[in-house]
Amino acid sequence: MAMQNGSSQTPWVRHRRHSNEDVQEASKANETHLLVNDQNKYRSMLVRAYSSVWMIGGFALIIYMGHLYITAMIVVIQIFMARELFNLLRRAHVDRCLPGFRMLNWHFFFTAMLFVYGRILGQRLVNTVTSDKVLYQLVSKLIKYQMIACYSLYTAGFVWFILTLKKGMYKYQFGQYAWTHMILIVVFTQSAFTVANIFEGVFWFLLPATLIVINDIAAYFFGFFFGRTPLIKLSPKKTWEGFIGASFTTMISAFVLANIMGRFQWLTCPRKDLSTSWLQCDPGPLFRPEYYTVPKWFPEWFPWKEMAIMPVQWHALCLGLFASIIAPFGGFFASGFKRAFKIKVCNLKHS
Amino acid sequence: MQNSGSQTPRVRHRKRSSEGFQEASKANGSHLLVHDQNKYRSMLIRTYSTVWMIGGFALVIYLGHLYIAAMIVVIQIFMAKELFNLLRRSHEDRQLPGFRMLNWHFFFTAMLFVYGRILSQQLVNTVTTDMVLYKLVSKLVKYHMIACYALYIAGFVWFIVTLKKKMYKYQFSQYAWTHMILIVVFTQSAFTVANIFEGIFWFLLPATLIVINDIAAYIFGFFFGRTPLIKLSPKKTWEGFIGASFTTMISAFLLASIMGRFKWLTCPRKDLSTGWLQCDPDPFFRPEYYTLPRWFSQLFPWKEVAIMPVQWHALCLGLFASIIAPFGGFFASGFKRAFKIKDFGDSIPGHGGITDRMDCQMVMAVFAYIYHQSFVVAMNLSVETILGQILMNLTLEEQQSLFMKLGQMINETMTVQS
Repeated sequence: MAMQNGSSQTPWVRHRRHSNEDVQEASKANETHLLVNDQNKYRSMLVRAYSSVWMIGGFALIIYMGHLYITAMIVVIQIFMARELFNLLRRAHVDRCLPGFRMLNWHFFFTAMLFVYGRILGQRLVNTVTSDKVLYQLVSKLIKYQMIACYSLYTAGFVWFILTLKKGMYKYQFGQYAWTHMILIVVFTQSAFTVANIFEGVFWFLLPATLIVINDIAAYFFGFFFGRTPLIKLSPKKTWEGFIGASFTTMISAFVLANIMGRFQWLTCPRKDLSTSWLQCDPGPLFRPEYYTVPKWFPEWFPWKEMAIMPVQWHALCLGLFASIIAPFGGFFASGFKRAFKIKVCNLKHS
Repeated sequence: MQNSGSQTPRVRHRKRSSEGFQEASKANGSHLLVHDQNKYRSMLIRTYSTVWMIGGFALVIYLGHLYIAAMIVVIQIFMAKELFNLLRRSHEDRQLPGFRMLNWHFFFTAMLFVYGRILSQQLVNTVTTDMVLYKLVSKLVKYHMIACYALYIAGFVWFIVTLKKKMYKYQFSQYAWTHMILIVVFTQSAFTVANIFEGIFWFLLPATLIVINDIAAYIFGFFFGRTPLIKLSPKKTWEGFIGASFTTMISAFLLASIMGRFKWLTCPRKDLSTGWLQCDPDPFFRPEYYTLPRWFSQLFPWKEVAIMPVQWHALCLGLFASIIAPFGGFFASGFKRAFKIKDFGDSIPGHGGITDRMDCQMVMAVFAYIYHQSFVVAMNLSVETILGQILMNLTLEEQQSLFMKLGQMINETMTVQS
């Protein structure tokens, strides 16, 4: 009997134990899917809560340490993601006939890394070395010719690919080439934008990430207690009650969290170079609280007569709306993908 | 009928049977063009269609930047249509109504995104006269990125909602395939159009070099070809390759001088009009005079030679066109063998599809753009160009703020120095 575990906790430990499509359709009735009927759910919830706490703790430590360390963490996550994805559609027996073909993937990975981070962090790198004359000239030249250097590396990989095409394996090699490109696009687009956001202010990385975590946890709990109506065939554990409850929770927490996070200059100031020192800046009009008097129709017991709302809180509402409505589709995409390619993540017993 | 490599990128012509058959049935010698009996007749047919295509192309160049960009958009649509249909399986498609629409939705989104970015400043400059239109266009340009993103997300959600049980693998493969096609098609056409508006020279020279490389490789292979070059394309020979390399580099040097004399080709276009162009010639296109060494001028009547700096850049472009660009053709050949496709399409009877012709052009267009951005634009930074960029890209308030900040910085520097 497969262990029925609910949906995910954080984006880094996305964890769905699905058995094969057909088995699921044929053998289980609809009610036994829903989390609210699961016998073992309390025990699994404790286990999951324990690891969540550790992960959130580790994450908070890195946020405290600063922009450069967060970037390093993202780079490490990226390398692990790329490795998993590269290995996913690999066929070991075919690979043995193609020595050095795996190296090509990592060559393109390295080129993409150089290109993406060179563009985003280029100006900041220059700002870091302004004191030293020689280093400054060297770095400026590197930045100037960064695009052509990356292009040359890519062309070298392209030529290498063509020269290593082996008769009888063309289809596998072209398939792998396209797959490598798709993976690198998926992995690097999101990490590039994340790193760019971090250097604009940790707030713009921390708030969206936290909203996704809150959305997942809230969806889990609402599904746990109230879940009855399934949401989409792709992910049978998701329910409409979980979805709607999580949407409201996410939007309310977006509004509140934006206010809390907006008070710390560590989170709101942009970082102009690659140092790790303390930050001082003028946070800008978005983070200055504006005072609104509470309108008359608000209930009497409401303790505050006027509220201080930062303009950024309205933007946070939009982020919350997106996080609750569109972001789950990323999860559906991954579920569909795993089913399409019959990828089993489960290493426990499954029927 | 054995026909060899190609003449122009638009008449790329490979009639190849599938891998196994070719290896088993033909000896190496009978491939090479130099032994072909019917080659003279096929050469005449090909020359005829080449002349027509070059004529048509010259007409479009004469008409101007906007028409060239329109021609590229049309070529792009045909390429995308060919490539979308390539790995489509009709019995699966019948069960998925509306799935093909998704491809064209993403195509439209990519078109909006790419051309919006490249031509936004030109569009704004075109409508500066009309107040209402100017405001509208400025707003559109400002929210352009989020509009394209919203369209992409709509397509993404639509894709997930239409996933049908038992067809997941087909649908995901098609989705990935669509992305790959759009990237390949749009990267090269985006860079081509960007190059055109910097000056037709930067589009015409690379494209011509590819054509010359192909024709020269064909002719050298025709007369001298003996040693095969690469297993992927059995018709290519080392003699053709080396001969074509020299020819390409020499013609790059000469053509750059010829093309550089026409303002129509060298001036950048700052808006979307189609009128005549006037501009100050770039320092690249001003001839510098070198006196020839004495032993040379004793043999030849010229005492000094005028060389434009752009001719040295043209040599680099020629080197790339002869050495790396043919790999685009090898890639396309390998791809067709991998998926057992004879030709990418059948738009042009007897010659295959548009993609068959554009494979080398694509690689060259990307390189031409990157080369231009790294070496030409970068070297060109002078007071006039920066002033032009400021006037083109910043609003009036931003210009005033820049003026104040620059004034402050210069004052500080002066006080430090004194």
